[in-house]
Amino acid sequence: MELADVPALLILLGIIAYAVLAGADFGAPIWAVTARGQESERLAQAGHRSMAPVWEANHVWLIFVLVICWTAYPEIFGSIFSTLWIPLLLACLGIIMRAVGYVAGGVSINRKVTWLAAAASLLVPFALGAVIGALVAGNVPPGNAAGDVISSWLAPVPIMVGLLLIATSAYLAAVYLAADASRRGEDELADAFGQRALGAGLLAGLLAIAGLVVLYVDARSFFDAMVSTNGHDNELGRICVLASAIAGTATLLLISTRRYAQARILAAVAVAAIVVGWGLAQQPEILPGLTIREAAASNEVIVELLVAVAIGLVLLIPSLYLLYGLVLGGRFDPLAVPEAEGGRPGQELEPAGRTKMALVAASALLGGLMLFTSDSGARLYIGLALFTCGLVCGIVLLARNLVREQ
Amino acid sequence: MLDLVAAAGDFAFGPGNSFPTVDQDYLLQARQMQAMSFAMHVPLVCFGIAFPSLVIFMEWLGLRTGKAHFLAIARRWSKVMITLFAAGVVTGTLLSFELGMLWPGFMSAFGDVFGLAFGLEGFSFFIEAIFISIYVYSWDRISPRRHILTGIPVIATGITGSMMVIAVNAWMNSPAGFSVDQAGQVVDVKPFEALFANGHLWPQLTHMYLAAYIVVGFLIAGVYAFAWLKGRRGAYFRTALVVPLAVACVAAPAQLLIGDWAARTVAKDQPIKLAAFEGLYETTEGAPETILGWYTPDNTIEYGIQIPKLLSFLAYHDPDATVQGLETVPEDDWPPINVVRMSFQTMVGIGTGLAALAAWFLWIWFRRRRLPETKWFYRAVMVAGPAAVVALIAGWVTTEVGRQPWVVYGVMRTEQAVTGADGVVFGFGALFAVYAVLIVTVFWVLRRIARQPFPEEIAVLETAGEAGEVGSGTR
Repeated sequence: MELADVPALLILLGIIAYAVLAGADFGAPIWAVTARGQESERLAQAGHRSMAPVWEANHVWLIFVLVICWTAYPEIFGSIFSTLWIPLLLACLGIIMRAVGYVAGGVSINRKVTWLAAAASLLVPFALGAVIGALVAGNVPPGNAAGDVISSWLAPVPIMVGLLLIATSAYLAAVYLAADASRRGEDELADAFGQRALGAGLLAGLLAIAGLVVLYVDARSFFDAMVSTNGHDNELGRICVLASAIAGTATLLLISTRRYAQARILAAVAVAAIVVGWGLAQQPEILPGLTIREAAASNEVIVELLVAVAIGLVLLIPSLYLLYGLVLGGRFDPLAVPEAEGGRPGQELEPAGRTKMALVAASALLGGLMLFTSDSGARLYIGLALFTCGLVCGIVLLARNLVREQ
Repeated sequence: MLDLVAAAGDFAFGPGNSFPTVDQDYLLQARQMQAMSFAMHVPLVCFGIAFPSLVIFMEWLGLRTGKAHFLAIARRWSKVMITLFAAGVVTGTLLSFELGMLWPGFMSAFGDVFGLAFGLEGFSFFIEAIFISIYVYSWDRISPRRHILTGIPVIATGITGSMMVIAVNAWMNSPAGFSVDQAGQVVDVKPFEALFANGHLWPQLTHMYLAAYIVVGFLIAGVYAFAWLKGRRGAYFRTALVVPLAVACVAAPAQLLIGDWAARTVAKDQPIKLAAFEGLYETTEGAPETILGWYTPDNTIEYGIQIPKLLSFLAYHDPDATVQGLETVPEDDWPPINVVRMSFQTMVGIGTGLAALAAWFLWIWFRRRRLPETKWFYRAVMVAGPAAVVALIAGWVTTEVGRQPWVVYGVMRTEQAVTGADGVVFGFGALFAVYAVLIVTVFWVLRRIARQPFPEEIAVLETAGEAGEVGSGTR
């Protein structure tokens, strides 16, 4: 383990979080459009209610992955994004279409929009899966669009991984929504999702097995690194693959006995384990002829990046804890009786006195003058601070007075 | 700086040090796709920067006074806020994808120099997404005091997030914190120095923040100015009009001063960019400012109005200062003069008009303690919002196109950055279609939010005799 490997671990962590959390965003609309009549609407609503408060946060994990990749391994980022620009653009367009579903769902569940979101739910996992598949198959050589922009990802392995991710997302969505419905005490809805989870889980399992066959035929060296002992010492990776298979099977058992809350955790573990298994098998060469260490930025850059990530995580983790605490604690579920707005006791706004106004104006004017008459140095920045302070206070006082005198 | 230019001229950047020759049409497609994506994203960014503080100010007024209409406004606006934030999230995602899809050369060579800023931006954005959800979904679910506190991180991260992106843009205008070695490789990278010890950061940042407050203030005020003209002038509508108006009317005049600062920074570090803003061919002492007109291939401006010595005064605060002309560098190193110059003039013209509108409002308020009575004022406010968006985009065209042909000013040319892959035009088309769907949906949702009925106590206050049309003037 070297410093240059650490950002790669963060990237893997980000991919796990994105797969486990945002994966479920893509899937809910598939269940809505494949159901009929009233059930379709109920499933759509349940999906929206569970996902809408968290989808934006889930989605940021993808940005996290990209940013770390282009900072720590710029050459890898440039090579992947130029050769695989088509599936990446498709994924991004799909993400926008999925967001349209959430935006519209905020005011009403609309059939057309649900169809659009369902199309996105096929497109995004497939396209992102194809990107991973192209890396697995070694179809992305280093360089500016050095690989074939079509055949690099429209090939057996990428297509297989894409299909697997579609099934996985649909499966995760069904498991999570079953758990949410069960928490809210909507047992019928929970079972509706539970059955779908079983079906999608079995399909994902079959696709995973088929995927291994395709790997064996088409990407033998990766297959060896991932599952066989044939000349590779990737013990941990093989443990992960095995763990994923066990967790996946156990999830199906939990679902069939209606223990949805536990199933949610194990389903996530199954997905996380296979991602780790992939990441470890993608070593040491991430692109043909290019290892992670070779592509890494200088140590100074990585250290600064890691410091930034550490500070960010210190703020992020409690925030995420708060959000998921509220969501999973059912605090965002619809209220039985909506509370009346406003009407709390309060006090009148006091008018801003002339002295205050004069001070604010003086600060803005003096600051403005200092700013106007200097090009750099302390005077400029003190001027900027005074000016900004004057502006902000001025806006608040003006708005208060305007609101008061009516 | 100059030795960097020499090094970059001889050596390409990035993987393999070899770049395909790019034909200009194709480069133009990539640039236009980027420009369209950006023009879609930037107005939404304004809402990310400025809108949370407006919403939370309203909630604060409501908690302080106990009056229902403030809280009703805050609630309704918070729905608008999360709708626009969602659109901002995905349009922003596209931009980060495009960095790699369209400009892999740029990312491969310099990703490590400025990536740190995007890392910090990513976290800001993360925390913003978390708290914006909590804020919007936890009305009535947690105590009012806690609720307003969950808004604070939204304001803070809206500011820090955009600061990081501007830091990268400032670095592209004024590159530092790295060197280029003989092999054309970027070495000796110092991200912190590159991003935060940058003379362009603060002027660009302040300029953008004020722009955000102007855009959001006038857009929101414009909606309620329309309601005002329709005769809806109760406490709810009046408050929703005057608060954004106060914001925009303080920010718009202030922008003149900050704009001057930003222009002086350009004059100092990017003289050719300034010459393109102004269409100044010959290096001139006591240079005049030319308003309107068209830059012709024989390097003069046709049909312009000249004001003697004004350019020298504006750029250097000295009417006799020498301003460097375009003639000092080969034509190959010029940005497209008319695009840059027209955008610059559009921005300055609209900005000045908005400041005049603001001065009108402030004058009447301080002299007479009332709002303007003439309908023309409210009509002007309705136009001011869209005009501010035009100025915003024109401003970004000015700085981005004005930086051409460089992606990293004086170091890497845009054609060295662009992707070697074919077919950008198809991606452009697909994106256009998806964005059309997004825009239609967002407007549809905003209309639906505007038409949601008021809570009863507000409805009684506002709509005596207006039943059936409640709130149709709001967003």
